[in-house]
Amino acid sequence: MILQVEGLGKRFGGLQALEDVTFDLPEGQILGLIGPNGAGKTTLFNNISGVYTPTAGRVIFRGEDITGLKSYYVARKGMARTHQIVRPLKELSVLENVMVGACFGQYDYKLGKAKEIAHEVLEFVGLESRIDQLAGSLNVGQKKRLEMARSLASQPNLLLLDEVLAGLNPSEISYMVEIVKRIRAERGITIIMIEHVMHAVMNVSDRMVVLDYGRQLAEGTPDEVSQNPKVIEAYLGDPKLAEKLMASGGE
Amino acid sequence: MSIPTQTKASPPSRTITAVLKEYAGLLIPIGVVLFIIAWPTITGKDISREAMFTVLLSIALASSLNILLGYSGYVSFGHVVFFGLGGYVGFYLMSVHEWLLWPAMAAGGVSSGLLAFLLGKAILRLRGGYFALATIGINEAIRAAINNFTPFGGPVGMTLNFQVYKNYGGASEALWLSFYTLAAMTLIVITVSYFVRTSKFGLGLLAIREDEDAAEIMGVIAPNAKTWAYVLSAIIPGVLGVLFFFKNGSIEPLPAFRLHFSIEMIVMVMLGGQGTVLGPIIGGLGYQSLRGFLLTSPIFKNIQLAVAGALLLLIILFIPSGIVGWLRKRVPALRRVLR
Amino acid sequence: MDFLLASLIDGLLLGFVYGIAAMGLTLIWGVMNVINLSHGPIIALGMFGVYYIFSALGIHPYLALIAVAAGGLLLGGLIYFVAVHRVIDAPHLSTLLATFSVNMIIIGLGTAAFSASPRNVDFTLGSFEIGSITILGTRLVAAILAMFVTGGLYLFLYKSRYGRYIRAVTDNRDAAELMGVPSVRILALSFGLGTMLAAISGGLIATFFPFTILAGGSYELKSFVVSVLGGLGNPVGALLAGLILGAIEGIIPTVLPTTWVPVLEFVLFILILLFRPQGLFKTKSS
Repeated sequence: MILQVEGLGKRFGGLQALEDVTFDLPEGQILGLIGPNGAGKTTLFNNISGVYTPTAGRVIFRGEDITGLKSYYVARKGMARTHQIVRPLKELSVLENVMVGACFGQYDYKLGKAKEIAHEVLEFVGLESRIDQLAGSLNVGQKKRLEMARSLASQPNLLLLDEVLAGLNPSEISYMVEIVKRIRAERGITIIMIEHVMHAVMNVSDRMVVLDYGRQLAEGTPDEVSQNPKVIEAYLGDPKLAEKLMASGGE
Repeated sequence: MSIPTQTKASPPSRTITAVLKEYAGLLIPIGVVLFIIAWPTITGKDISREAMFTVLLSIALASSLNILLGYSGYVSFGHVVFFGLGGYVGFYLMSVHEWLLWPAMAAGGVSSGLLAFLLGKAILRLRGGYFALATIGINEAIRAAINNFTPFGGPVGMTLNFQVYKNYGGASEALWLSFYTLAAMTLIVITVSYFVRTSKFGLGLLAIREDEDAAEIMGVIAPNAKTWAYVLSAIIPGVLGVLFFFKNGSIEPLPAFRLHFSIEMIVMVMLGGQGTVLGPIIGGLGYQSLRGFLLTSPIFKNIQLAVAGALLLLIILFIPSGIVGWLRKRVPALRRVLR
Repeated sequence: MDFLLASLIDGLLLGFVYGIAAMGLTLIWGVMNVINLSHGPIIALGMFGVYYIFSALGIHPYLALIAVAAGGLLLGGLIYFVAVHRVIDAPHLSTLLATFSVNMIIIGLGTAAFSASPRNVDFTLGSFEIGSITILGTRLVAAILAMFVTGGLYLFLYKSRYGRYIRAVTDNRDAAELMGVPSVRILALSFGLGTMLAAISGGLIATFFPFTILAGGSYELKSFVVSVLGGLGNPVGALLAGLILGAIEGIIPTVLPTTWVPVLEFVLFILILLFRPQGLFKTKSS
C-alpha cells in the first residue's frame, strides 16, 4: 500500500468537514475521488498533503505516519499535487516554475539537473514551446498543464490531481486524460484524482471513493460505485449529474 | 527572469564571450559599481568622494534589502533597525573597548544577523501588511530601548575620541579608508545578491514571493528560506552601520533608527527594479543623483521632498517593476543580460 | 495616589483622541487592506487647519473643526483617486509606497508653506477641579467631541445606505459589486472618512499641544499601535484601544521614566501582532 487513510476527520470550529474517511491505495492504481460540490474532496487532499492538520485519524504514506506533517515535508517524501484553481508563479518563466518542482521535491535536485528534468516534463505535457514565457501569460488550459508538469517534475510516488479537467474544452479534456493515463503507464506513478467530468474519471479510475457531506459514501470499482443506491441517491439532488453517472457506469 | 536554456549543449571548451554572456548579469552590475568607485579618483575631488560614499552606501543597503524584499517579497519597512543596531554595537566596541574598525564591523554584522535570525522565526509568519507593521514596531521598540540604555549613552548616544583616527593614519586617511572599505562591501553585497538570485535557494525565494502556499506544496521549506533571506539581508546593513558611524564620529538613537531612511531604501529598490541584481544599483544611483539635483536646484530646493514624492508616485503608478524590470519586460533580449 | 489618578484621567482623555485617529487608519485598512502612510501628515494638516482658521479668521477652534473635517473628507477622496485607486489590487508594497509618496508630498509642501517652527493654537478653556484633581478644559471637550464623532461614525456605518455599502465592501468587495454597490465611490468615500477622522484628531490635538508639520508622525505610529490593539479593521476596537494606550501613557510615567513608554507600547504592539493579530477584543478569529 502506498497510502493508507484511517478514520480521517477534520473539524473547523463547529463544522465537521470530514468524518471517518478510510481507504487504502495500492501502488500503481488510479483512485477517482468524486462527490457533489462541498463534499470535502479538496479538504481531504489538504489533510493528506499537510496543508491542514487532521483532527482525527491517521495518514500513512509509504509505510510512514505523516499525519500533521507540514506540506513541504510531505512533498519531500514523494507526494505532489495540483490545485483546483491554478496557482502559477506568475512572474517566473514556465521553465522556472517547473524547476521549482524538481528542485524541492523528494530528490532535491541541483539547478542543472532540475533544468533537464523540467525540459523533459514540459515536453511530456506539451508545453515545450512555451518554456521562456512568463507563467502568468499562459491560458487556462496551459496553466493546468503547467501545474501538472510542476508536480511531475518532483518525480513523486503519489500524485494528487484536483480537477485537472475543469474548465477545459472537449479536445483539451481528451488530451489531458491521455496524459493522466500515460503518467501511470510510463512513470508508474500512483494517482488520486478529484473530478467532476464523470465519463473521464470513470474511464481512467481503477477504483473510486465517493464523499458526501464529508462522509465516505461508497468505495469500489467504477461499476460498483455507479450502481450503489446510496451514491445515486446522493446525486439525485443533481439529476443531471445522476444521469451522467448512471450513463457512464453502463459503458 | 528566465534562466538560459541551452546548458545541455554546453561545449567542453567555452569561449570567453560565452563566459561573458553567462555572467553578464553579474559583470554589468560590478562594472557600474566599479565606475562609481573610480569616480572620485577620476575627478580628484574630495567632494565627489563624499557624494559617492552616499551613493555606494545607498546601493549596498538597497541591494541587501532587495535580497528579502525583491526575492522573497517580504516588505521589511523597518530595515534600518539592522543598520542602527549593528552601528551601535560596533561603535560601542570601538569607543569603549577600543576595538579596531574591522572587528567592530564584523561584530556589527553578527549582531544584526543574529537579531534577524531570532526575529525572523517569529515575525516572518506574518504576511503582507502585518509583516510590514511588525518591522516598523521592532525598529521603534529598539530605538526606544536604546534611548534608555545607559551603556550606549541613552538619548545622547556616544562619540569617538578624535585620537582614534590616528590608528588609521589620521582623519583624512580614515575618510579614504572608509570609502574603500565601503566599496569592497558594496562589491561583496552585489556578488552575494547575484549568486542568491541565480541559486536554488534564490529560486525557492522567488517561488515564495509569487505564491508562498504553492511553494510549500512543492517542497520549499518556506520558514527556513525566509529566515535565511532575512539574515542575509540584515548582515551587511549591520556592518555598514559601524562603518558609517565610525566615519561620522558619533552615534545617536534618532539618526541610527530613522524610519524615513528605511523607506528611502525601499524607494531605491523600487525605482531600480525589485528582484533584480542591477535594479538596486540603478535605484541607489538614480535616487541619490536626483536628490542631489533637487537639493541644489534653486527652483526645487524648498520643495525637494514634495517633488521626490511626486516622482515616486508616478513610478509606483506607472512603472511598478522599476527601471530594470521595465526594460526586461519591454526588451525580452535583455532578460539574458540584465539580472 | 491623586497624582496617579490625575495622570490616568489625563491619559484617558487623550486616549479618546488617539482612538479617533486610529479609527481613521483602521477604517481604511478594513475596507481596502491599505495601510495609509499619509495618515501622519494629514493629522498635521488638521492641526494647521484649526490653527489658521482660528488665528487668521478668528473663528472658534471647535467651529473650525467642521471645516477641517470637510477638508479632510475631500482631501481623502482626492488622495484615493490620485494615488490609491490605480494600485488598489496590486501587492501591499505598492499601496504602502503610494501613500508614502503622498506623505512626502504633503510634508514637502507643508515645510515650504509653514516652515518648521512650532505653532500653538492660542486658546484655552481653563481648567477645573474635582476634589484635588485638575482637568484641562480643552482635553475634556476633545474627549467629548471624540465620543460624538465615534457615535456619528457608528450611526453612519450602521444606519445610512452608504454606511451599509461600506460595510458590505469591507466584508467582500466582489460580492458587494455583484449586488450593485458602486464600489469605486465607496472606496473613495471610505478613504475620505479615514482621512477626515485623522484631520479631526489633529485639530483636537492642536488645541492642547504645540506642533509642526512633522508632528503627525508620532501620532501615526500611535495610530498603528492602537489599530493593532483594537484589531485592524475594527473601528470600535480602535476607540477602546485608544483608551488603553492613553491609560498606559497616563500610568507608566508614575512608576518609570517617561522614555520607557514607547518601549512598552511597541513591545505590546509586536506581541499583539504575533499572538493576537485579530486584536484584543474579537474573540473569534476571522
